[in-house]
Amino acid sequence: MIRLTWRQFRTQAAAAFAALAALAIVLAITGPHLAHLYDTSGIATCKPPSNCDALKSTFLSHDKLLHNLLGPLLLAVPALLGIFWGAPLVARELEAGTYRLAWTQSVTRTRWLAVKVVLLGLASIAVAGLFSLMITWWSSPVDQVNMNRFAPGAFDERGIVAIGYAAFAFALGLTAGTLIRRTVPAMATTLVAFVGARLGMTYWIRPQLMSPAHTTAGFGAASNLAFEASGPSGVTFVAGPPHIPNAWVYSDRIVDKAGRPATNLHAFLLKACPDIGGPPNSIPPGTRAHAPANRATFQACIAKLSAKFHETVTYQPASRYWTFQWYETAIFLALALILVGICFWWIRRRLT
Amino acid sequence: MTAVLQSSGLGKQYGRRWALRDCTLSIPAGKVVGLVGPNGAGKTTLLHLAVGLLEPTSGTIEVLNSRPAESPTQLGRVGFVAQETPTYPTFSVADHLRLGGWLNPSWNSDQAEDRIKRLGLDPGHRAGKLSGGQRAQLALTLAIAKRPELLILDEPVASLDPVARRDFLRGLMEVVAEHGVSVVLSSHLVADLERVCDYLVVLVNSRVQIAGEIEQLLASHHRLIGPRRDPNTLPTNQEVIEAIHADRQSTLIVRTDDPIHDPAWTVEQLSMEDLVLAYMDRAAAAGSEPHRPALAQVRP
Repeated sequence: MIRLTWRQFRTQAAAAFAALAALAIVLAITGPHLAHLYDTSGIATCKPPSNCDALKSTFLSHDKLLHNLLGPLLLAVPALLGIFWGAPLVARELEAGTYRLAWTQSVTRTRWLAVKVVLLGLASIAVAGLFSLMITWWSSPVDQVNMNRFAPGAFDERGIVAIGYAAFAFALGLTAGTLIRRTVPAMATTLVAFVGARLGMTYWIRPQLMSPAHTTAGFGAASNLAFEASGPSGVTFVAGPPHIPNAWVYSDRIVDKAGRPATNLHAFLLKACPDIGGPPNSIPPGTRAHAPANRATFQACIAKLSAKFHETVTYQPASRYWTFQWYETAIFLALALILVGICFWWIRRRLT
Repeated sequence: MTAVLQSSGLGKQYGRRWALRDCTLSIPAGKVVGLVGPNGAGKTTLLHLAVGLLEPTSGTIEVLNSRPAESPTQLGRVGFVAQETPTYPTFSVADHLRLGGWLNPSWNSDQAEDRIKRLGLDPGHRAGKLSGGQRAQLALTLAIAKRPELLILDEPVASLDPVARRDFLRGLMEVVAEHGVSVVLSSHLVADLERVCDYLVVLVNSRVQIAGEIEQLLASHHRLIGPRRDPNTLPTNQEVIEAIHADRQSTLIVRTDDPIHDPAWTVEQLSMEDLVLAYMDRAAAAGSEPHRPALAQVRP
């Protein structure tokens, strides 16, 4: 049965191997260069007085095209495995009628399915795992600069989650093929269901996997500070979330010393910084005053605000990155096992 | 004599439709059984139940005294050639023989290779490019090289041209002669079965109409031609299968194990085709109603 599986599967296996080899060559050529650029760029030791942002954007401009291609590639690999390995596995046999040949040899259909699912399932996991390993390695200098490991498009393109995605996509394709019995509709169903499951996980389930942590930060740590003209009432103070490396910030808001929401912020602003907080004579509505003519006025006002208010942040700390990776992988692996169980049951009991 | 296939009240339902119902059969070993019936009569369903591709909705079926497909051993004892003889199009002929060896512990590779050689098939040829006749022969080779005790073939020659059909059936008969394997073969063409079978099962409208050894069936069925007469006035040991009445003449097909003494009748032998058609007509006239007494078919 193992030999038959290999004989039926060897073309797909060769295609996957070729794709892995091609990617390995590209990454092996460009990867060390990128790592060298990072080491010599001085970003790692850069401190605020020097222009770190400029250093970073210069570095990130290297291999930008390749970097932009790798992400979608790793997103696509599990879907492709589900579509081209999972969906046809049973559907093609049912469609072509060859199940009548395969299931009447001296091998029970349970064993027939078990061997195929184990071999192709493990192959799917291996392929996705290797893709992810190579891309994680190649991207590590970029990730060290971006410091956003939790962001969608970074979290799901690195680490071990690709293993869970691949196992799930394969099982999804297998199930769709077994239930629908036709290859092409099963492929389409697999794609739609996989994309749906991934989006649902990313935007709905993943934020709820662990209850977030809270922290407070002064305005000095905020990523962006501004006074914004807003309607006839005057000027609003805008503070971006503080920059916490590799953390996943859910939300942030300005509170007073007692931790209450800053409802009296506007009144305070009018009193403490009359130059800025007054009616918008000098600032046209809808524009921001990042650097008012008088920078000292700006700084003085920030200092007065900091004495009275600060930011509170709801976030997942960077230390939870691997916990999230394991949770998400485990969830998709569990879903894959459930789907495979359904397939076994269906093939033994319903396909008769 | 032991039965190769024994079923009792066997039925298979798809949704509301019964593809096969109330099928009680006992097919003795060492026979070449012809399963005949019109398209859609339930032949494939019965054969798929026999090889374990389907599970019965009601009743039981035992093949070689075991539940079909219950174990690898049981699967190995039954060779199956499915309708339209499916093969893997991208596999070569040699690949198919290897597949047979991989999946069947009892595989006889010498026999398989020898047969392929005698058929003149190129082992490197892809199965997808074989002619229908060649593909059927390949499928038959796969089924017999696992050395089954029972060979089940579902319409193996339906799509073949006359020469391929003759060659296939000839090959099948060689196997029967050499290995003494029992065979169940379905077809909607009586002529094919007449050539090779010694046991007949007629299946119409999801029901078995008659089953038995062809010699006995032909000996117990007669065509009676005589003056017009109501079939109900016949002796009780004569079952009317078909009755055709003309103005002054009745032609009846009756089943009886006893000799016919009535001098009014001219008694004729039936051919196998006549016999099958008589039962098909009767079943068609009875429709799908269960257990209705046989209706006499009346033509002006």
